[in-house]
Amino acid sequence: MTEERKHTISLLVDNESGVLSRVTGLFSGRGFNIESLCVAETLDPELSRITLVTRGSERIVEQINKQLNKLINIRKVIDLTDTEFVEREMALVKVRAKEEHRAEILRIVDIFRCKVVDVSPGYYTVEVTGSDEKIAAILSLLKQIGVKEIARTGAIALAREAKK
Amino acid sequence: MEVLKEEGVDTIFGFPGGVIIDINDELDKTDIRYILVRHEQAAVHAADGYARASGKVGVCLVTSGPGATNTVTGIASAYMDSIPVVVFTGQVPTSLIGNDAFQEVDIVGITRPCTKHNYLVKDPKKLAETVREAFHLARSGRPGPVLVDLPKDVSQSKISFEMPPPPKMKSYSPHTEPHKQQLEKAIKLILKAKKPVIFAGGGVILSGAYKELTKFAKKLNIPVTASLMGLGGFPGTDRLWLGMLGMHGTYRANMSTGACDLLIGIGVRFDDRVTGKIDTFAQNAKIIHIDIDPTSIQKNVPITVPIVSDCKIALKQLNKLIEKVDLKELLKSRPNWLKQIEEWKNTTPLAYEQTDIIKPQFVVEKLYELTKGKAIITTEVGQNQMWAAQYYHFDQPNHFITSGGLGVMGFGFPAAIGAQLACPKKTVIDIAGDGSIQMNIQELIVAVANKLPVKVAILNNRYLGMVRQWQELFYDKRYAATNMEHAPDFVKVAEAYGAVGLRATRPAEVEEIIKKALATPKTVIMDFVVEREECVYPMVPAGKAITEMLLA
Repeated sequence: MTEERKHTISLLVDNESGVLSRVTGLFSGRGFNIESLCVAETLDPELSRITLVTRGSERIVEQINKQLNKLINIRKVIDLTDTEFVEREMALVKVRAKEEHRAEILRIVDIFRCKVVDVSPGYYTVEVTGSDEKIAAILSLLKQIGVKEIARTGAIALAREAKK
Repeated sequence: MEVLKEEGVDTIFGFPGGVIIDINDELDKTDIRYILVRHEQAAVHAADGYARASGKVGVCLVTSGPGATNTVTGIASAYMDSIPVVVFTGQVPTSLIGNDAFQEVDIVGITRPCTKHNYLVKDPKKLAETVREAFHLARSGRPGPVLVDLPKDVSQSKISFEMPPPPKMKSYSPHTEPHKQQLEKAIKLILKAKKPVIFAGGGVILSGAYKELTKFAKKLNIPVTASLMGLGGFPGTDRLWLGMLGMHGTYRANMSTGACDLLIGIGVRFDDRVTGKIDTFAQNAKIIHIDIDPTSIQKNVPITVPIVSDCKIALKQLNKLIEKVDLKELLKSRPNWLKQIEEWKNTTPLAYEQTDIIKPQFVVEKLYELTKGKAIITTEVGQNQMWAAQYYHFDQPNHFITSGGLGVMGFGFPAAIGAQLACPKKTVIDIAGDGSIQMNIQELIVAVANKLPVKVAILNNRYLGMVRQWQELFYDKRYAATNMEHAPDFVKVAEAYGAVGLRATRPAEVEEIIKKALATPKTVIMDFVVEREECVYPMVPAGKAITEMLLA
């Protein structure tokens, strides 16, 4: 058995109802795990892209890829893991913004190249995009100040084009 | 209807209901034969049996809600065994979907994990195209069941019809041609192997590779074993035949798989009932694996040479490649291996002892003898299934019809009805247990009504025998929930349904009863009162290596 490893898999699927549940049903039915999942339409309205992050040994991930390929509504399965690709996640973080912390919050926002997208008397809502490490890092800082709640997306990813 | 005819449908198994009245009404105007079953589960099993015996796609039509949910077991069984079946379910009108309407159920959601694919048709304009896709999916690649859910308003709508062209699906094109290089690698391994074994599975039957496999094995002088699903894929009376492999496989099949240096798996998926303890399975062997479904490969056992292909096509090409090779040297090394196998066969054959009580194995042997091995045999699940597999020697494909993967009790009898409809001239026998036959016994009336001369041989031990066997061996003979002493009188049941009921209680009567049944052109139930506590041997206890068999 090889070691378990994180894999980012990009799927192009028919944009119709029930497809997502075929994908998630496959994972739950066969005991594979999903760490995160993102779905949205592509430029072609007939197609959606599902970006899926999973974890498993080489054999398991090979099975995952094959099983996904077998689903009729899946047009293409691309395991990006061992290729060049860009990957981003986003989080919205609602931070307690007391008078004495506001400057500190803005400094962190600046360092991490984030944005404050909503301001209210007691709270700032910060938008962070980046890798999961970056999001984890800023979260650990903001937690010290006080985070009320967060909303996170899963990863989305695209292969890099060849550089000449 | 036009599409159904175009797809070659001549028989539909079904049960009516509110939302499919229109379809039944139209169906009645065609010359498609409609078989009215007595339970929807049986409709799918019958379609399954029909598909396996005929090589065509089996078709069912049932109503929404309970009609649809009753098909699930049949669908799951067909899915596990890769049998091409198309199931049409009625659905409440599209405007009511999601409203918990009367007899509404999300059958597409329910059957998603046990169909190859399924559809809810919302637009009547897409109906014809969808039906064509359904048939295409069911029969191509690795076959399997496809469900099409038809809301009442869709099936009621009148639109102008044009036959859609054969489907071209963007996301579905099964890989049927083997990779040349892989074939060459396989040949190299085969030529080097001193102790090879071929392990054939359901894929050989489904792809119609019987002739190619037989030629391949004989040319290279390689012994052949098979999974339950592969029986009949290679002649069961040939000298190279090892018998079935696995939990209740023959001694020589299991021993030779344990000792072989090359295992050639063809159309198999290395199911746990075959491999036993997985890390000891064929541990000395390199493995070549031919299968049309890439997910079967490397799923359970590591493979040396994977070949994704239709079995028939791959074997054809392998046979061609071998023609060019000088096999003289190679064939010299085979006799030792075959001698060893012969020894296993002689020291530890399949055996039982006939006393003054009827032994179930004896009944199956007599059935084999008196039908000259030419009958189509269906089975229920449990001991009856294993004895049928062990003692009826199948020389032809598509003659052994059993619920292999899912193991459905109540499968055999409706499947026999389906097989008999597909092959009216053949003798069709369901080898059953007294437990299994009570699931779907209501289909007797279907056999009688359609004048089907299906025969049922009940190996009646008044136990749920296979579970009882486990209890005897592993639970200190505590027979919890397996005693079936309270059973109907099967002879009277047969008569009540208008069939013929026969009973044998002594060994001497067995032959006479079978002869009588075979000579009766009607539905016959034979009730063989057999030894109560007979076990199926050899047996590999769960979790053990397949070479660690209990022999008696």
